[in-house]
Amino acid sequence: MTLTEQLGRAIMWIAAIFTVVFLMTPLLVTVAVSFGSSSVFTLPPPDWSTRWYERLTNARGLWPSLLTSIQIAAFSTVVALVLGTLCAIALVRGRFPGRDSIATFLISPLMLPGLVIGIAMLQGFKALGLREAYSSLMIAHVIITLPYVVRTVLAALSLFDFSLIDAARTLGCSYPTAILRVLVPSLGPAFLTSGMFAFLASMDNYPISIFFTDAWTKTLPIQMLQYVEENPDPTIAAISSGLVLLAILALVVGDRLVGLRKLADF
Amino acid sequence: MKAAAAARSPWRDPVIWLAVPAIVYLLVLYALPLLWLLTKSFIGPGGFTLRPYIDFFADPFNWRVVWNTLGIALWVTLACLIVGYPAAFALARAGAALQIAMLIAIILPLSIGVVVKAFAWQIVLRRDGVVSQLLVAVGIWDEPQRLLFTEPGLVLGAANIFLPFMILPIYSVVKLIDPRLLEAGATLGAAPLYRFVKIMVPLTLPGVVSGVAFVFSMSVSMYVVPSLLIGDRFQTLSTLTGRSFLFMRNEQLGSTTAVILLAMAVGVVVGSTWLARRLGGST
Repeated sequence: MTLTEQLGRAIMWIAAIFTVVFLMTPLLVTVAVSFGSSSVFTLPPPDWSTRWYERLTNARGLWPSLLTSIQIAAFSTVVALVLGTLCAIALVRGRFPGRDSIATFLISPLMLPGLVIGIAMLQGFKALGLREAYSSLMIAHVIITLPYVVRTVLAALSLFDFSLIDAARTLGCSYPTAILRVLVPSLGPAFLTSGMFAFLASMDNYPISIFFTDAWTKTLPIQMLQYVEENPDPTIAAISSGLVLLAILALVVGDRLVGLRKLADF
Repeated sequence: MKAAAAARSPWRDPVIWLAVPAIVYLLVLYALPLLWLLTKSFIGPGGFTLRPYIDFFADPFNWRVVWNTLGIALWVTLACLIVGYPAAFALARAGAALQIAMLIAIILPLSIGVVVKAFAWQIVLRRDGVVSQLLVAVGIWDEPQRLLFTEPGLVLGAANIFLPFMILPIYSVVKLIDPRLLEAGATLGAAPLYRFVKIMVPLTLPGVVSGVAFVFSMSVSMYVVPSLLIGDRFQTLSTLTGRSFLFMRNEQLGSTTAVILLAMAVGVVVGSTWLARRLGGST
């Protein structure tokens, strides 16, 4: 091996190790701070304590906002899975012009600034007479979740052999049954990954939600940011550690069901 | 036969109707409002006008805001590319253990909210934070310094949050490259660096283009990260847009900056699609 090759390898491994350490730092710091006794985020913590977790039980507004976020994420993910899958089938099976442009259009909310989408939708919803925070959030979040579904299901469908459906129909299945028993199971992994990322994107969204929340209806990120700005103490770190734990669980489930490498497919 | 029938009239093909609900949903609730926002920003009391934009760019403060936005986005993208490019190769070539560690380190943060990560960086970037302690220990700094609420701190935090979006697209291209191509180059007598630059780099360019486009457009439009890591002292187009709507109730200014932001994002998307298509065609 020549010197240049060795140098190249060294750069590669340094980058790899740096990436792992760098990306894990915020998560480890959050967990460490949440179990520390210090209220000013001293690291390493002078002593260990669970007092920030004890405070979670009566943290104002936290649990309602978590519930709101989960409801909105679940609703918008289900709607996006239905709308997105139907549309993806049409895009893969249909023979009409402009299919690429339609796909780009459906994925475009991922690539445009959330804040701008939020402002435009706020004004649009007002024009349609929709002012209620909760339903506005539900409707708006479908725009956030839909691109994830379309992108992943479209990719999975273009690999699906549609003659299998014809085969099922020859064997006596009706068209809807053939879809349900042949197509849906083989799209399972795509539903799972896209559903998971869509759900998480909705749970995490700040720039669109901020325009639709009011004093009574807040999503978790908005409530958390308000907390950080009002009283920055490790209670926030305790909430965050809870979310890290949830993400680890989601990752384990995702790994079991579709495999870690599949989750990294972009 | 089916295709021929469909070619005569696409609407005869019933499958096309499956696309209608999603398209109508997006059209009514997303595309039309965006177009309306865009149109309204060009309509003044007396019809078509460029007044808001002329006023906006007449103010040197606003130029600062535009340069802040582009400058930070460039630094973040550059940092992500420098770390992410070799890391993507390592991810594709690593043994099982390191590959799993890397995949976890990349995917786990993706499933955690940006508020959580930005808050963590508030702690990391403090005067007594991890980065400061590390830099003093290595001897780069003589004494601890605060990185929070500074531009380098913002770049570091944002690069951390967006790095996975650089690594994954490059990785998806690298893992498909046949390693025998490099061996073929070696057999033909090409030196290692020459092989890398002439064989590897062109093949990975589509991944680089999409990674750069992702990271750049996300850095241009990020809102939560600068709010928490640098504060009001340093405005970007995104934070200025948010402030004008949420706090200053200045919808005129907000619409103008929103449209400029939108134009930048669309520019990145169109530019990167065009580049990707060109690269795809030439290889």
